[in-house]
Amino acid sequence: MATVEKLTPEEVTAKNYPALAPVAPLLGPGHDYESISDTITSVVVEKPHPPGWFIMAAVGMCFLSLLGISTAYLFARGTGTWGVTIPIAWGFAIINFVWWIGIGHAGTLISAVLLLLRQDWRNAINRFAEAMTIFAVACAGMFPLLHLGRPWVAFFILPYPNSMGLWPQFRSPLVWDVFAISTYGSVSLLFWYIGLIPDFATCRDRAKNRFAQIAYGMASLGWRGSSRHWFRYETASMLLAGLCTPLVVSVHSIVSFDFSASQLPGWHTTIFPPYFVAGAIYAGFAMVLTMALPVRKWYKMESIITTRHIDNMAKVMLTVGLIVCYGYASELFYAWYSGSSYERFMMWNRIWAGPYRYAYWALIVCNFVVPQLLWIKSVRVNPIPLFGVCMFINVGMWLERYVIVVTSLTRDFLPSSWGTYHGTIWDWGIFAGTLGFFTVCMCLFIRFMPMVAIHEIRVTHHKNTSHGH
Amino acid sequence: MHDDSANKGPQVYGLIAEYDDPDQLLTAAKSTYDAGYREVEAYSPFPIHGLAESLGFTKTAVPFLTLCAGLTGACAGFGMQVFATVYHYPYDIGGRPFLSWPAYIPITFEMMILFAAFTAGLSMLALNGLPRPHHSIFNAKNFERASSDRFFLCIESADDHYDDAATKEFLEDLDPRPLEVSEVMV
Repeated sequence: MATVEKLTPEEVTAKNYPALAPVAPLLGPGHDYESISDTITSVVVEKPHPPGWFIMAAVGMCFLSLLGISTAYLFARGTGTWGVTIPIAWGFAIINFVWWIGIGHAGTLISAVLLLLRQDWRNAINRFAEAMTIFAVACAGMFPLLHLGRPWVAFFILPYPNSMGLWPQFRSPLVWDVFAISTYGSVSLLFWYIGLIPDFATCRDRAKNRFAQIAYGMASLGWRGSSRHWFRYETASMLLAGLCTPLVVSVHSIVSFDFSASQLPGWHTTIFPPYFVAGAIYAGFAMVLTMALPVRKWYKMESIITTRHIDNMAKVMLTVGLIVCYGYASELFYAWYSGSSYERFMMWNRIWAGPYRYAYWALIVCNFVVPQLLWIKSVRVNPIPLFGVCMFINVGMWLERYVIVVTSLTRDFLPSSWGTYHGTIWDWGIFAGTLGFFTVCMCLFIRFMPMVAIHEIRVTHHKNTSHGH
Repeated sequence: MHDDSANKGPQVYGLIAEYDDPDQLLTAAKSTYDAGYREVEAYSPFPIHGLAESLGFTKTAVPFLTLCAGLTGACAGFGMQVFATVYHYPYDIGGRPFLSWPAYIPITFEMMILFAAFTAGLSMLALNGLPRPHHSIFNAKNFERASSDRFFLCIESADDHYDDAATKEFLEDLDPRPLEVSEVMV
């Protein structure tokens, strides 16, 4: 007598349609609502901090001091201490500015775009990525101010009634930039804070000492979690996500207009806005993983930020990386197809004949060759090789901006105005300093704020338990 | 007796039922609303779809206010640039038009987003009555778990059908049965 195989409907589906087979869960096994709150808030309200946190904070502090020293020296002596000169008036300041802004964009993408697309896996990483956005935008914002040489008159760029009767030049991409970055920074901060309110309420209710209770109580604004609160809250969150999505695209497009609206060979191309936006997402995901992988390990959050999250982020990175590489290819094509001898010379100089060809090929290795490892699943789900790939991308994206800025500026139309450019120790000091600023801010964020959006993880758990079987 | 209840009335904020499951809270909220109670509020640690709707709360002004603010922002941004470049400080650069509107689009767009986003966030808080440091519901027993793993349903004493004894009985007999029913003082 033949035995009849007893299968549940899910098993039948999995057998007949392997593509529909259930994927790895978004939350580790054995979690309930209380353990979710515990795992996340314990980092803030009770758990002693792992040595990794102290090392990261200490190293960050060292670099932060370097920022103080470099900035003080800059203010005392002026921008002549940097490597910038004519024709290379935009050196590290614009490179670092674009690099940092790009890193910030992954946070908005994860929190807004993936929310609109109803990608539930974003819930475990959005808070972390949004915090990164805020700090990265703060780092980016420093560079234009420092580059002014006279940062105390930075407010001249804002439209305000003044005794000179002057207005900013509203037709200039640099002024668009001011509006874009300040809107982006403030809207990101708002979105982040709104997301934190219910979680501050959880911290308030679980805090052990009076001071923390009062501090979190004030930060939570008296959140009660009533159904009407949540109803308006969800509406507002969706609206903010809907507004942030075009915002993030507009911001990096406007950043790319700084370049593409000029006439310079290598900059004056229509591929720049999409290519810059893709580059931003690429750099941003790499930085999210760079920060999240060690922190997840130190705080034993593997059941919240699961292997599936890591895998998904790596896949997004691979996809966006290929779009960025398409951008590199189209730059080459445009230079050839334009028929302009200046464009062709610039590109030949960039990739083969010029003094910065090493930077170009290093960039190709970092952003194109190495990330192809992400096709391999064991690289995507294994934190150590993945961390390595992310470091290559972080460096590669910085090199990309370096190549774009420096190779074009050093070889413009007139050979008599050609020059060379190298960052001085003070350029490097400020760049390293902003890395320190970013690291210290992330450490403080981990220490004082819930690093995962607790109420959104509860939603994931609710979905798992109500409809997941 | 009458004096007593008048004295006591304002001091009771309401009766609260405690659950440990979101789906049970949703069912209980529906039954309570169907039983004719209107001054009812449910509290949960995360948004539960259909909960506010089941209590008769289906609309919020947040999207409309956001739309108005977005339009205001766009007009203000565009208007500011037109005012500056056409009327207040016109500048002839090689005969180019003063009203070069395509160049105004980025700032107009950013101003629209800025106004709309802040209105979405701040009007949500304002309509929710936040910030509000204290509220009677915080006096409820176990309410510190409402932000973590407990789900509450409160029938407020302001409700027309509210009666200390009958309402308590109603909550206790709800299906699904609450873990506990207790009084919340003002």
